[in-house]
Amino acid sequence: MSAKNKAVSESLLTKALLILAAVTYVGLILVLPLASVFSEAFRHGTAAFKAAIVEPDALAAIKLTLTVAAISVPINAVCGVAAAWAITKHDFPGRNLLISLIDVPFSISPVVAGLMYLLLFGAQGWFGEWLLAHDIHIAFAKPGIVLATLIVTLPFVARELIPLMQAQGREEEEAALTLGAPGWRIFLWVTLPNIRWGLLYGVLLTNARAMGEFGAVSVISGHIRGETDTMPLQVEVLYNEYNFAAAFAVASLLAGLALVTLVVKTLLEWRHGDQLAAAGH
Amino acid sequence: MTTATFSVPRKGRGRHSPLPGLSLTLGITFAWLSILLLLPLVALFLKSLTLGPAHFAEAAFSRRAIASYELSFGAALVAAALNAVFGLLVAWVLVRYRFPGRRLLGALVDLPFALPTAVAGIALTAVYANTGWVGKPAATLGLHLAYNPVGVVIALTFIGLPFVVRTVEPVLADMGRGLEEAAATLGAHRWIIFRRVILPEIFPAIVTGFALAFARGVGEYGSVIFIAGNMPFKSEISPLLIVTKLEEYDYAGATAIATVLLLASLVLLLLINAWQGRELRRRSA
Amino acid sequence: MTITVRNIVKGFGNYPALRDVSLDIEDGAFVALLGPSGSGKTTLLRIIAGLESAESGQILFAGEDVTMRAPQDRGIGFVFQNYALFRHMTVEHNIAFGLDVMKRGQRPPKDAIRARVEELLELVQLPGYGKRYPAQLSGGQRQRVALARALAREPSILLLDEPFGALDAKVRRELRDALREIHDRVGLTSIFVTHDYEEAFALADKVAILGQGRIEQFDTPDAVQQHPASDFVREFLD
Repeated sequence: MSAKNKAVSESLLTKALLILAAVTYVGLILVLPLASVFSEAFRHGTAAFKAAIVEPDALAAIKLTLTVAAISVPINAVCGVAAAWAITKHDFPGRNLLISLIDVPFSISPVVAGLMYLLLFGAQGWFGEWLLAHDIHIAFAKPGIVLATLIVTLPFVARELIPLMQAQGREEEEAALTLGAPGWRIFLWVTLPNIRWGLLYGVLLTNARAMGEFGAVSVISGHIRGETDTMPLQVEVLYNEYNFAAAFAVASLLAGLALVTLVVKTLLEWRHGDQLAAAGH
Repeated sequence: MTTATFSVPRKGRGRHSPLPGLSLTLGITFAWLSILLLLPLVALFLKSLTLGPAHFAEAAFSRRAIASYELSFGAALVAAALNAVFGLLVAWVLVRYRFPGRRLLGALVDLPFALPTAVAGIALTAVYANTGWVGKPAATLGLHLAYNPVGVVIALTFIGLPFVVRTVEPVLADMGRGLEEAAATLGAHRWIIFRRVILPEIFPAIVTGFALAFARGVGEYGSVIFIAGNMPFKSEISPLLIVTKLEEYDYAGATAIATVLLLASLVLLLLINAWQGRELRRRSA
Repeated sequence: MTITVRNIVKGFGNYPALRDVSLDIEDGAFVALLGPSGSGKTTLLRIIAGLESAESGQILFAGEDVTMRAPQDRGIGFVFQNYALFRHMTVEHNIAFGLDVMKRGQRPPKDAIRARVEELLELVQLPGYGKRYPAQLSGGQRQRVALARALAREPSILLLDEPFGALDAKVRRELRDALREIHDRVGLTSIFVTHDYEEAFALADKVAILGQGRIEQFDTPDAVQQHPASDFVREFLD
């Protein structure tokens, strides 16, 4: 540790103790649980792990999780970019209200979010009868899962881009305007290159949440094995059947994804920190 | 080389901004928010209203529901408080000190944002149940850390850990040593400096982080239900009660409780925004 | 190209930025909009450019009403105070931008564009700087690139918003001379905004002095100095 003015810095012993305390806290609360996922997953050896993963229900869950993410992440990315463009490059009444609205999904309990969609599309819901009459299934089916995932991941891209685009200002776009560029070119050639890392960051967070969402999906999905169980739901199902090894095996895949997310996130913050929004979540 | 011809004028831009695309992007945004957010919220509130006050009160404030609120809000409060203290510690250590593994520590703090809640749930249970790495030694001391409210607090502490750290870090980083050096020349020792110079500066950030962690903890489901025990009146959180009601096809009951939770979170969101707004104005004044 | 400003009124909320402003600018003139901050000069410039819209009044280019026309279609070149260079593009691409975005039928062939870029780099005395990025340039160099970019489409009107604001004295003087020379050579009608009256008097054929959203005087520098039209003008020039 560098030599610092003693008046404005703690004693070495204090520092060491504080660091130890911080590391212990993070270790107890974060690291141990993370490690236990992998430890439990491989408790019965690699063969058992593999068997658990290739089991048909597990594979179906993996496929469903990937599909849901593949649909919901692009939708929220596109809409998030659109919202950020409207909010940061223009002035209009109600702008601040719009920004606050985008934050709302963060305050809603996932279970409540799932319930809201049930009230809309469930058998007794607003559209229940109409859907039944047309043989369209939203609740207790894949579309419902996509919707539930969409609302819980709604804010990420917008929240990442809005402060970033705000800080970048409008001058480059205005310059492009005076040079004769039509709107879509201004966006593609001037704005997008400036926000690409922020966008990637937002997409990364959206994806992590989309693949890991539990509460909202649990309510809307109906837990139909092999059909509407995403990976997190599959983990719960296996766990409740006391099939711990299999539950942790599937969980370890998700934990692996989380680690990859953290690595890419850290890399982005490190290499392109100046092109990301200032504060986080 | 000829200049471009300007014979066909584009649509007048109007008052709001010369930059194009407002109607399109605003349209997309409204559709997006209306379908995904506003419509469901309206459905929830309308359903609550159609219950009528008596029925609503009966469902939303039954003894069991109240017990669940006490647990959800209470445990979230304790967990947020724990995170306020230790989150501050972690932020301090990350910003002020250099030590091997600091970067790793910093990256790990975001784990609760990246890890699916169900995975966190079973992992925390594995560690803190009586057979677990921490649970076992704790049990020998007579401490039971899982299948009871303590477990709920542990899970919510996991979930809320990044909030305080991430709100305090930038403020600490921006602080600079000027104020501390001034205090030192005036005779103050380290602890006094911390208490009377540093703490007041970062206090608003701590409050914000606390409130965010609290708000998140109240509605948390996946990471809690495995370690909680889930006994009605004892270790049942409100979100679980909602799910139970749904499984019993008691949509009315579920809606009532959900409305209580939702209103509480929206009020919290408003308070947090107001607090942050106030702090922003105070600082730039 | 002549520029006519007729009865322009613009307010921001309750704040009146421009109160019934009118100006007649001759073809080929070099006009300075001079005034303290808050006088409305930048607002007026942006309205002429189409980057803001007035509440009432008209803007005419060569007698044609362009008030409702989008900035892309006004045939202007605009130089921003902070240059607004596209940070992710090379100097070359920045300058060529106005040509690259033209519609297929109107766009010149690639080598013509490249030649034009070279021509402009020579004009602003930055030959060979094409492959650099804005971050690698000094303030004065960035301003030259911004100027070259604005001129690429051969506009007949050049608008500059405090173009030398962020530069040191020596660079300012060099750029001032370069700007006047380019104006004369290319035959532009130019309007530039400044709060520095020495600069205005040194460069402009005519100076419009703005105060609190009104034009206090619009005349040659000599006339303004010798016969200030109001107390405001007198005080401003002290």
